[in-house]
Amino acid sequence: MFRVTRRYQFAASHRLHSPQLSDAENQRVYGKCNNPYGHGHNYVLEVSARGPLDPMSGRAIDPDALDDLVMERVVVPFDRCNLNDEVTAFLFTVPTSENLAVEICRRLKESWDAVFPGEWPKLDGVRIAETPRNIFEIRANEIESSHR
Amino acid sequence: MVITRKVEFSASHVCRNPDMSDRDNRDVFGAEANPLGHGHNYVVEVSVSGQPDAVTGMVMDLKDLKELLNREVIEPYDHRFLNFETPPFDRTVPTPENIARDIWTRLEPGVASRTRKLHAVRVYETPDLFVDYFGESPCSE
Repeated sequence: MFRVTRRYQFAASHRLHSPQLSDAENQRVYGKCNNPYGHGHNYVLEVSARGPLDPMSGRAIDPDALDDLVMERVVVPFDRCNLNDEVTAFLFTVPTSENLAVEICRRLKESWDAVFPGEWPKLDGVRIAETPRNIFEIRANEIESSHR
Repeated sequence: MVITRKVEFSASHVCRNPDMSDRDNRDVFGAEANPLGHGHNYVVEVSVSGQPDAVTGMVMDLKDLKELLNREVIEPYDHRFLNFETPPFDRTVPTPENIARDIWTRLEPGVASRTRKLHAVRVYETPDLFVDYFGESPCSE
């Protein structure tokens, strides 16, 4: 089987602050990431799909179709944004990169069947680097979805 | 345990299927279908899995793997026009998927032994697009 991975980038700001914790606890848990004005990262996102080869094209996925999906559902809505204020999912959830990976994976799963209606390719997972040293990875089958 | 060695080669290719019309080739492969060809700096990561040998402490001697990669990858692929010079791409579209599978086929006999096996071949066509091939295992969950 083949796994095909495409890499994308977006820049966004966030602030890590949980409403379930006191200000002092937030400061202790999140440290500098709790700065009230927020801060930003150049996120690097890898999206992987898997499947067999299409005999005509010799490919496991149409990378242009994947690009269109990821651009529409993730890169355009997230790039140059304040994740806390501009992404609905983070109005009530702390935009840690763990939660960001879950949200990206959820969005891609939600739209996957409309773009790739056949049995293959399947979404394999996403990997997001918040900085070159902090990397978060989730498999598509780890999260709930109404699809697949 | 998995060990990985990386090699790089530069090559040109055209992605088009002669059984499809020019228009269909453009639709499927986009700019990659340009009939005059274009090139990439490919990066290949070859992973071998197994247990370290009790005497040498090695899964595979990386010197041997390097020589195998030079013979089976660098020699046929580096600074070549794949469609014209590197079979099977005279009859198979040189997508990164097919390149990964061809490299797997070339390397497997030289890697596999009683204690180890070829685990994965990763081919970067660009830093933003890469393919992992794990052999002809079924595409299960």
